[in-house]
Amino acid sequence: MNRKYTIAVLVNNQPGVLQRVSGLFGRRGFNIESITVGASEEAGLSRMVIVTGGDDKLLEQVSKQLYKLIDVIKVVDVSANPMVERELALIKVTAEPSARPEILGVVETFRAAVVDIGPSTLIVQAVGGPDKIDAMIELLRPYGIRELSRTGVTAMNRGAVRS
Amino acid sequence: MVMQGEALKSKEEIMEKMRKPEVISGSEILLRSLVLEGVECVFGYPGGAVLYIYDAMHGFSDFHHVLTRHEQGAIHAADGYARASGKVGVCIATSGPGATNLVTGIATAYMDSVPLVVITGNVATNLIGTDAFQEADITGITMPITKHSFLVRTAEELPRVIHEAFHIANTGRKGPVLIDIPKDVSAAMTMFEPVSGEVSLRGYNPNTTPRKPQLDKLAKAIGEAERPLILAGGGVVYSGGHEELLEFVTKTGIPVTTTLLGLGGFPSGNDLWVGMPGMHGAYASNKAIQESDLLINIGARFDDRVTMKLDGFAPKAKIVHIDIDPAEIGKNVPTDIPIVGDVKITLGLLNEEVGYAAKADAWRAQIQAWKTEQPLRYQDSDTELKPQWVISMIHDTTNGDAIVTTDVGQHQMWAAQYYRFNKPRSWVTSGGLGTMGFGFPSAIGAQMANPERVVVSINGDGGMQMCAQELAICAINNIPVKVAIINNQVLGMVRQWQEILYDNRYSHIDLAGSPDFVKLADAYGVKGFRASNKEEAEAAWKEALAHPGPAVVEFVVRKHENVFPMVTQGNTIDVMLMGDEQ
Repeated sequence: MNRKYTIAVLVNNQPGVLQRVSGLFGRRGFNIESITVGASEEAGLSRMVIVTGGDDKLLEQVSKQLYKLIDVIKVVDVSANPMVERELALIKVTAEPSARPEILGVVETFRAAVVDIGPSTLIVQAVGGPDKIDAMIELLRPYGIRELSRTGVTAMNRGAVRS
Repeated sequence: MVMQGEALKSKEEIMEKMRKPEVISGSEILLRSLVLEGVECVFGYPGGAVLYIYDAMHGFSDFHHVLTRHEQGAIHAADGYARASGKVGVCIATSGPGATNLVTGIATAYMDSVPLVVITGNVATNLIGTDAFQEADITGITMPITKHSFLVRTAEELPRVIHEAFHIANTGRKGPVLIDIPKDVSAAMTMFEPVSGEVSLRGYNPNTTPRKPQLDKLAKAIGEAERPLILAGGGVVYSGGHEELLEFVTKTGIPVTTTLLGLGGFPSGNDLWVGMPGMHGAYASNKAIQESDLLINIGARFDDRVTMKLDGFAPKAKIVHIDIDPAEIGKNVPTDIPIVGDVKITLGLLNEEVGYAAKADAWRAQIQAWKTEQPLRYQDSDTELKPQWVISMIHDTTNGDAIVTTDVGQHQMWAAQYYRFNKPRSWVTSGGLGTMGFGFPSAIGAQMANPERVVVSINGDGGMQMCAQELAICAINNIPVKVAIINNQVLGMVRQWQEILYDNRYSHIDLAGSPDFVKLADAYGVKGFRASNKEEAEAAWKEALAHPGPAVVEFVVRKHENVFPMVTQGNTIDVMLMGDEQ
């Protein structure tokens, strides 16, 4: 059965490691919906969080192939357990002064923030799960979205489960 | 006098000298580290970015450097050296075109899990990324076809990188490792601190010892099976587990089919050997796979040339897969009993546990009957030389004891079918990538690793022309490879497919205009022979074998000969063209 997987890959912070991982996805025909990379709790190691779609067999291959990379320390299917998924989006919306109160209403509802105000635009910063961001974008679309930038999902298991 | 003194030095003295911590260049660190890793022979080709390395090699005699005539020759030779010896093959090339000329050879080794350490020069670190003269991002280019790669940034890292590279190349599932050394790194002077001993890499811990419950499951399955079959692959040879396999088969009485890369991993003279499976496999092998109720894959990877149509492969069998690489298990064929482990270790443990497959007597008789009813065969001729006959003759005149390397195509399949191997590491062929141009240079490497053995390189007239320039190094170094060219004046395997699958529409396969191979050999100072009938063939071949140096024998064979059995694409492996109508 096809579903979305969120996997965390702990890697050596070596030059080229992102290329190794993304290249592997490309040539094995695994899809990448989003990928984020940053520091982990341990010096010298980075954590990549990759959202990919497929079935269990594909996920098994993804994981096994990733483990074959020397710079990959650990691969965890974060989505196998309860998790917190977060993404940050910056949305530049057309906002003439007359439209601003309405837009600010949307921003408040989503507990987002306005981080820049221009003569005719606002930059809205939203943090949340991808569904929340999707919903917010849909609500802002009628006002005119000039630019949109999303970070992709980073994720972590809840409670004591380690990713 | 000095030379004599050098020659008399013991191995330990050399190692002592190599280990000495002192300030030397990155290039000297490289050479010393290679010697400390046990390297005896390196194949290479110099150029701008490796000038410091070659300068350090001037007068250096602690390993042998073979100067090839093309980087592709160097890497295939290193590959042949590794396959025929079990040691890591090493080659060196310069940046840019030197490095990119290695790409095919790296991919060849990667597909067949051959341990290589490939050293490339690169432009100086301050020029990297500027499209400098002869710059190529070789670590980037080879990422998908190397087990691992290093771009060395400082001379201080070299000892550790080289030690890790050899460890990674030759453990777990083996494979090529690339070390890219910028020119300023090979020039830099630094204190050499040798690195030896156990390598600890957090992200690399191959599982060599299988889990006991899995072994128990297999032992139980063998006791219950009525039609068990072993599919043995390259992993048997690479792990050195051939004796354990023989013991396993002797204990269990389970028949064995060996894949193209598994040939020699089990003695072909043994009654329980069924032949090679797959597209050009033996009838009995393919039938046995399809009828078996327990298929035990030992170190093979269910390649598509073995399985053919996956849906319908071994439909009645419970599948067992023993492999050092967990990613291979379940990749192509759903597996009932996965066993992750080194083949030699796994079989060693299994041999303490398994018993005779007692319910399989009727099955053994059935396989024997298939072997008798449908043996490998061809229509011999008194007027034309048949390639199958030539291979059999080569087998007989070398007592089946030569190291045989091949190129890719019809001659490769005939060699696999008609040269009967009884020892591992006697068969060197490009299986996964199917690299033309591999056959001849790989024989040079095989011979360098085994100076005392007869090395025969069987090639087609097509592939021979892809690396023929290496005849020069055979002549100059007196490397006594015996080259057989099975000349059918055509790209035979392509012709066969065009005949059978493309309705005789022969498109761009005619090799008219090939050189006179006897003259070509002669031009390089290598003894050449030509034979067009059986008498000539046997006489020329025997003379070539008796000749102390390298020799080329061109066998002019029937153009329209096809390889059978043949399973065409889209069919299951028991749907075989037997070729009897030819």
